[in-house]
Amino acid sequence: MIKTEQLCKRYPAVTAVEDVTFEVRPGEVLGFLGPNGAGKTTTMRMLAGFVTPTSGRASICGHDVEEEPLAARQSLGYLPEGAPCYGEMRVSAFLQFIAELRRLEGARKRARLQYVIERLQLASVLERQIETLSKGFRRRVGLAQAIMHDPPVLILDEPTDGLDPNQKHEVRTLIEEMASEKIIVISTHILEEVAAVCTRAIIIARGRIVADDTPLQLTSRSRYHNAVSLQLARAEQLETARAALAGLTQVEQVEVTEREARLTALPRAGAMILQEVAALAAQQGLQLKELHLESGRLDEVFRTITA
Amino acid sequence: MAHAGGPMRNVALILRRELASYFATPLAYVFIIIFLVLANAFTFYVGAFYQRGQADLRPFFMFHPWLYLFLIPALTMKLWAEERKSGSIELLMTLPLKAWEVVLGKYLAAWLFTGLALALTFPIWITVNYLGSPDNGVIFASYLGSLLLAGGFLAIGSCMSALTRNQVVAFILGVSACFVLLLAGYPMVLDAFRGWAPETLIEAIASLSLLTHFQSITRGVLELRDVLYFLMLIGFFLFTTTVAVDLRKAD
Repeated sequence: MIKTEQLCKRYPAVTAVEDVTFEVRPGEVLGFLGPNGAGKTTTMRMLAGFVTPTSGRASICGHDVEEEPLAARQSLGYLPEGAPCYGEMRVSAFLQFIAELRRLEGARKRARLQYVIERLQLASVLERQIETLSKGFRRRVGLAQAIMHDPPVLILDEPTDGLDPNQKHEVRTLIEEMASEKIIVISTHILEEVAAVCTRAIIIARGRIVADDTPLQLTSRSRYHNAVSLQLARAEQLETARAALAGLTQVEQVEVTEREARLTALPRAGAMILQEVAALAAQQGLQLKELHLESGRLDEVFRTITA
Repeated sequence: MAHAGGPMRNVALILRRELASYFATPLAYVFIIIFLVLANAFTFYVGAFYQRGQADLRPFFMFHPWLYLFLIPALTMKLWAEERKSGSIELLMTLPLKAWEVVLGKYLAAWLFTGLALALTFPIWITVNYLGSPDNGVIFASYLGSLLLAGGFLAIGSCMSALTRNQVVAFILGVSACFVLLLAGYPMVLDAFRGWAPETLIEAIASLSLLTHFQSITRGVLELRDVLYFLMLIGFFLFTTTVAVDLRKAD
């Protein structure tokens, strides 16, 4: 379990993290969201024992990060922001070095090395110097390092940054596979990633937690939650459609995108308007290309909360 | 979790990685070649090795402090500054390691490497034994003194490197600190304290002179006092390095 209590980090000029309290249990994948400079990295660094909190406490699997730093770090796999590495080392030598520092020996060491190399597809670059690798490969070396000792807790600072869509998918699959038995905390600024892999999201802005919820619940805070979006086949019907939709009592607002001949009807709080809109379209003789119910827009929620 | 080996195992792992990284870049080769070329050039041209007509290695060892003054900070400037700059310090300091294990491992790797460069000067020892019959006891003591001096400079350089993320700053701080401690017993440094500092302080500073202790060893008198001086100096600066690394790792 990860536990933080009123964690604060103040620098002479700024307060990076203020009063951050949360708990993460096994099986949870927690996504840290927030604008750049919001305090995501500082919070993760405090959990990893790299930055010393000004006040408050944090513990990993019951080990306080300041009082028992070694025990806390042993339970932890950590990918620092930007996946820093020893550039002049070869991948194989680097992984060996990490395995030995993690006290892996004999058959277990061979098995773990083989696992991480296979899982992160590093076999083709084992004898290359890390600094000659592409950003994607470097990130994967960093991930391999973090999961080497099969830790119960993983803290990954932007694990998919710099990866191409296939590699991103691979990393997400890896996280999903490990999710059931581990505690995983990732930070990201890719919102779709949160919906894809996280069971819970914490949004941080200006050093404080401003939302702590499941991605689904967060999405439902959106103005677009249960909004109905329709695209017309004939653009000249746009004005008729807009007026008709705006006439519905349950519709709060209608947004029009002229270029795509698209209308979005936003419901009043709690209202379900799909049936009404569909009936209205038939009644008005609108030729529809598309009609769908929106679940909500995470980016809009994100902007509203962190603004 | 198993803890076979304990802290010294961690020190050894860090040492091995550091040493390998010296040889993964041109640094190791450049350093060794420049050291050997300069050491020999000084001995033969400035030190007049042949012309003196004496079978000893004084002209060889007398230039070591000045060679080390520039070469050692060049070696140590990257020890911590580079880790800070590249961010790898975050990786290193979040592994289950104690700060002193990393400090000691890095330091010993640098010392071992300098020792290797020093050992590669053996042809001059063969030469002097071929040309005459020198006092090999004095030569052995001098080698030990040179190694201790290098160790002292390395500890100072390591500490300066831990204070900054800029390697050039680390180099300049390193050279300056080494220079001051080297000449602590000489007027150039002592004059700065005369007139306002109490006499006991001036004497204390004078007794810190690296050069005085080095010269006393190279005369062939291997006194415990001098060896202890170097070991304490090394211990002090490594301790300071550990504190600096621990306190400022994330800055």
